[in-house]
Parts: sequence; structure tokens; C-alpha cells
Amino acid sequence: MTEIDHRVYLAASAIVFVIGFYSLLVQAHVLRRIMALNVMGSGVFLFLIALGSQTPGPVPDPVPRAMVLTGIVVSVCATGLALALADRVQDTTDRCEISEANRHTASSDRKSGIEAEHSEGSAS
Amino acid sequence: MMPRWMAGSFSVCLLAALSWAVWSLPTAPKGLTAESLARLAESGVTNPVTAVLLNFRGYDTLLEVGVLLLAIVGVWSLRRADWPRTAGGDFTMLAPFLRVALPLLVLAAGYLLWIGAFAPGGAFQGGALLGGALVLAVLGGRGRHILNRRDLLAIGLVLGVLVFVVAAALSMLLSGGLLQFPSGQGGVWILVIESAALISIGLTLGLLYLGGRPSKGGLPRHD
Repeated sequence: MTEIDHRVYLAASAIVFVIGFYSLLVQAHVLRRIMALNVMGSGVFLFLIALGSQTPGPVPDPVPRAMVLTGIVVSVCATGLALALADRVQDTTDRCEISEANRHTASSDRKSGIEAEHSEGSAS
Repeated sequence: MMPRWMAGSFSVCLLAALSWAVWSLPTAPKGLTAESLARLAESGVTNPVTAVLLNFRGYDTLLEVGVLLLAIVGVWSLRRADWPRTAGGDFTMLAPFLRVALPLLVLAAGYLLWIGAFAPGGAFQGGALLGGALVLAVLGGRGRHILNRRDLLAIGLVLGVLVFVVAAALSMLLSGGLLQFPSGQGGVWILVIESAALISIGLTLGLLYLGGRPSKGGLPRHD
């Protein structure tokens, strides 16, 4: 891999990370936010692999490769947990969006939702 | 959620900072290649990635296997499993395919685990394959007898961390260092730890797909 290639991969990893970051800030839907986090993670993986590929020697640096290898599996599992939490958010609030606008307009809504849940809990 | 112009300017600033950081990195970093290759012979395996994962940075991998367990415990405590509507259905194409593919996938997972000692492969790759096989099995309504046994599934999920922790404690007793395997035996220790990790990783990934704990009754009966 030439030096230019190396720079391109590193720059691409920064761009991928920032694309995910922007979506994380802008999107309200929790599913899109989880996807944004995954895109950010892909940027980090690309960065680590690009970094490890440039070291001198017969083989690429095994340490970043090992970190990415486990990182991918961990990120899949974290995504699974995030999806379960997102489903729980939707179950309890009847909404799958997190936004400031929602919080103001639907605050009375949510209050009644919590009360309903409480009465449900005491009934059972 | 914030206004687009604000998010956009934040992102541009971050991109500028990251680009600068990435650009100012040394073009030929020394890395840890030389160090890891120098001690490769002592690790018990000849694949440097496996040596890093299970020997040089074994503590790190122990914690990562723990994170996988935490994730599935979290999911199981939040929800009940959703069985795919198609599970247990009548598949003229999928069923014969799965009859051939599932044993092959399990075999390939074991092969990846074994080859990980000297070529690309290992518990995480094999586990991913095993997880995929489990997802296929659930979609095809197979493996019902396994998914009915929540106790067995729980043991399988914990096995990776359990064996890893026991190995860590034993290695501490025998050689005085956490996950510092007695010299000359590294290969056997790594194989035992990886075999347990393979089962746990595969089960974790496959069961995450169900999105919750299987109910006591397991898969609903096909009617």
C-alpha cells in the first residue's frame, strides 16, 4: 500500500465517522440513531485497519486487527441490546422518536402514560 | 435532535479536527508488529492475531466476551423472544437446503476455530458463522429442541466467560500471572478457551436475533 492510499483510507475513516456523527445529531428516530452509531463504529474500524496496514514488516500489525475483530462482534451485540431498549421505549411511550419538540408538546401525554402504567402495575 | 445548521457546523468542525489528527499521524508507524512477532513462538500459536487475542491481550478479550454476555442478559431481561411468523412453516425449498447447510455451517465454524491457531480464523469468526446458522435455523423453524431448553441455552451463553475466568485463575496459580500460560502449553489453553468462547459467541449472536428470552414453552407449535 502506498503512502497516498494510506492517507486516503485514513481520511475516509474520518469522513465515515463524521457522517455517522451528523446523523446522530439530526435524526430523531431511535432506529436511525442506532444506525448512525453503527456508521460511526465502521469509521473507527476503518481507521484501525488502515493504521495497522502501514506498519513495516512482513504482516500487518496484528494488534489493531485483533481489536477490530472483537470490536465488530461487540458492536453487533451492543446494537442488539440497543434495539431491545428502543423497543422498550416505544412500548412505554408509544413513540420511537426522541426530540425536543416532542418533549414539549407531548409532556402532558407522557404524564398520563406514566400514570396509566402505575395503575396497571398496582392492579396486577 | 438539534437544528441542521448547528449539527452541520459541529460536524464540519469535527471533520476538520479529525482530518488534521489523521494527517499528522506518522506515515510509517512502528506499531506492535515487531514486538508481537518476536514473542510469537512463546504464545503457542503461529497466527499473530490469535496470539494477540488469546495470549498477549487475553485480559482484553476476557472482558469483551463478558460484554457479549452482558448484552444478551440485557436483552433477555427486557423482552420476550419474537418468533418469526414463518418459523415452523412449510418450506419446500428452505427445509432441504437447511438439512444440508446447517451441519456444514457448524462444521465450518469448528474448522475456523481450529485453523485460527495458524491462519486467519478463530473463535470470533467461527462464532459469527455459528450465529448465522442459528438465525437460519430459527427462520426455517428448525432446532426447536435446542431453543426449548432455556437452561441449556443459559449454560451455553455463560460458558465462554466461565471457562475464561477459570483459565485466568488457574494460570495465576500455576505461573503467577493472570492469563500467563505455563510455557509450552499455550496452544492447549488457547484451544480450550476458544472452544468455550465459540459456543458462547455463536449462541449470543444467534439468540440476539430473537430479540428476547425464549419463553418457557419455546417455539410455538405450528398449527
